[in-house]
Amino acid sequence: MPVKNNLNAPHALLSGDEALAQGAYEAGVKVAASYPGTPATEILEYMSKFDEVDCQWSVNEKVAYEVAYSSAVAGVRAIFSAKHVGLNVAMDSIMTSAYTGINAGFVVVTCDEPGLHSSQNEQDNRLLAKMAKLPLIEPSSPSEAKEFVKKAFEISEKFDTPVILRLTTRIAHTKENVLVEKRQEQAKKHYRPCFEKYVMVPKNAGARHAELEKRLARLKKYSGSSSLNAVEMGDKKIGFITSGVSYLYAKEMYPGASFLKLGMSYPFPEEKVRDFVKKVKTVYVIEELEPFIEEQCKIAGIKIKTKDESFRVGELRPEHIPLIVAGDKKKHTEKLSRKPVLCPGCSHRPVFWVLNKLKLNVAGDIGCYTLGASAPLSALHTCLCMGSGDTILEGFTKVLGRNVVGVMGDSTFVHSGITGLINLAYNKTNTVLIILDNSTTGMTGSQPHPATGITIKGERTKKLVLEDICRAAGADNVDVIDPFKIKELEFLIKKRTGEDKLSVIISRYPCRLVERRKSSAPLFLMDKCKKCGLCLKLDCPSIKKEDDGSVSIDAVTCVGCNLCVDVCPFGAILKND
Amino acid sequence: MTKKITDILFCGTGGQGVLKAAEICAVAAMKSGLHAKKTEVHGMAQRGGSVESHVRYGKRVFSPLTITGHVDFLVPFDRSEADKMAVELSKTGINLIKYLDISEKTLENRFFLNTFMVGALSRYLDIAEEHWIEAIKTVFKGKHTDENIRIFLEGRSTRI
Ligand SMILES: Cc1ncc(C[n+]2csc(CCOP(=O)(O)OP(=O)(O)O)c2C)c(N)n1
Repeated sequence: MPVKNNLNAPHALLSGDEALAQGAYEAGVKVAASYPGTPATEILEYMSKFDEVDCQWSVNEKVAYEVAYSSAVAGVRAIFSAKHVGLNVAMDSIMTSAYTGINAGFVVVTCDEPGLHSSQNEQDNRLLAKMAKLPLIEPSSPSEAKEFVKKAFEISEKFDTPVILRLTTRIAHTKENVLVEKRQEQAKKHYRPCFEKYVMVPKNAGARHAELEKRLARLKKYSGSSSLNAVEMGDKKIGFITSGVSYLYAKEMYPGASFLKLGMSYPFPEEKVRDFVKKVKTVYVIEELEPFIEEQCKIAGIKIKTKDESFRVGELRPEHIPLIVAGDKKKHTEKLSRKPVLCPGCSHRPVFWVLNKLKLNVAGDIGCYTLGASAPLSALHTCLCMGSGDTILEGFTKVLGRNVVGVMGDSTFVHSGITGLINLAYNKTNTVLIILDNSTTGMTGSQPHPATGITIKGERTKKLVLEDICRAAGADNVDVIDPFKIKELEFLIKKRTGEDKLSVIISRYPCRLVERRKSSAPLFLMDKCKKCGLCLKLDCPSIKKEDDGSVSIDAVTCVGCNLCVDVCPFGAILKND
Repeated sequence: MTKKITDILFCGTGGQGVLKAAEICAVAAMKSGLHAKKTEVHGMAQRGGSVESHVRYGKRVFSPLTITGHVDFLVPFDRSEADKMAVELSKTGINLIKYLDISEKTLENRFFLNTFMVGALSRYLDIAEEHWIEAIKTVFKGKHTDENIRIFLEGRSTRI
């Protein structure tokens, strides 16, 4: 989308996430629901500054999806946004919502992460659109995200269907000049109960499935004629069929070539593609991850050149395009990245220190605390998906016995850990779950959640009391402890793992990035240091190893948690108050 | 490749202000009437991991990512990250590492390293001073504005 160089218009430098939220706002969206997840988080964060939009961090993505979906059914424009794996959590509702359709416009935003900068997998959610039989919109840039989300609302209402809009990290987290415009309010649509449309019992659902197939056929016609799928004729010797940010990479490297840019890549605009391929001598499909466009071309018997399979893994870069054109494999030029570590003073560190010391098997989960998995702490041994800390704990306890604990963050526990705890209790499993309660969703940039008692708009609300819900779920013991009391923490974990009871230990201390508590850095006494290296095993970024084997403490970054004071066996680190 | 686009790569580690520096640069380019793109990966920025941000601006920018071997300016906040990223520079590209050295001697507060480096970068770019100042005001939303502008000008007048 060309940027209009009109300096009088109010341009802002917005990210793809922000521009998308701005576009939805301008399209009159009334309800927005999400659960944090990189790179989708900023969509709802940006939206929350608008008073006209009812915004919420939901408990998890399934809940968010249903809240937004039902708002659309009841008559107002609504938007759901999540990272790619968030759609897995919502998938049950997504699949059947394709049958019921909506009423007012409903846009489902997925932010995929090729290259998994901050994710546990790099699934390509274009395949989910096909599986759910929902139309798929793919902008290439922030300004397109703003325009296309408006189109998505129109398509949603015209065809009575949820519409999936897909960003990837390089769109979501790229900023560019975006034109900021006024909001257009939408009249509330009338809601009328309709047994055949909204109650998906087998008979109705069967009829709606037939309806869905008809809708798809109409959508296919639409995508064939829509301006979202645009031909840019250039050099007729070489052409590209592409979508999303891949379009920009190809355009960068071959600005004079011909392009068929798919802004609506599903249903597949078969005739338009066939026509383009007829006019251009050699046509390449350029796409990140899965061969989504490629397969649809092949099914239609359209002759195209495709990328080597090595490009199915990881992000595409502009440099890759000439390699694909040459039929080459991907070259590996990955640079060594610095290993991220827990922050100085992070309340997760003392827990992993103790778990490492006790040599326990630790079922883990996803959050900042997953950083406890890498050496030297090495005290978290699984990370699969959110909510799996206590369910993997169950399998491990069954098979490995009692030298097992599970750890989950507070936001993760609320997202999808509560059911796992109920399952442990119901199925008579005695084991120990540790909730690492730093009272925020740390990993994704400190969002509130039900156990913080604060909403996205910063208002106070009913606070979920973790102790109460753990007891109600069936835990026999619920202990709350300050993890910086490491001797007591060690004693407690030993005691609870030795009992035949279902125990929850809540390790509670606020995240340092939220409450910037800071005390003086401890003093290091060189003459007492025996160079044993034990303090370095804390993996604290403020403790640095010196060339002579001793250490130094960086007083600028140290927050004075004094964990190293407690860990040093020789009294070489002294509290400084 | 579409040239007449200026390609800048900012690199460092979490907490150094790399992303803010890139943002100032992109906003300044936008304020001077150009199309700017800035991309970054910041998932682990606050956890001490490597941080890089690409800024490209010109009449019309396509790829948000810079291309290896074609970067015009490397703005490093950390020595080892600078070594790693040097391959990204074009043959005529300029590495601003010398300004990082100078900052280590002259800058009282590392907190302002990013505005200092932006000042140094601004010496080489065809963007008017007023747009830089406006951009600093926009990005810091009025926080430490005077101090940031002072340090920016210090970087801008530093000669190597
Ligand atoms: C289904 C799903 N949704 C969202 C995410 C993104 N995400 C990763 S960890 C996490 C929560 C982290 O919060 P918490 O459990 O409180 O741990 P902390 O990071 O604070 O240590 C989120 C939202 C994800 N990986 N999967």
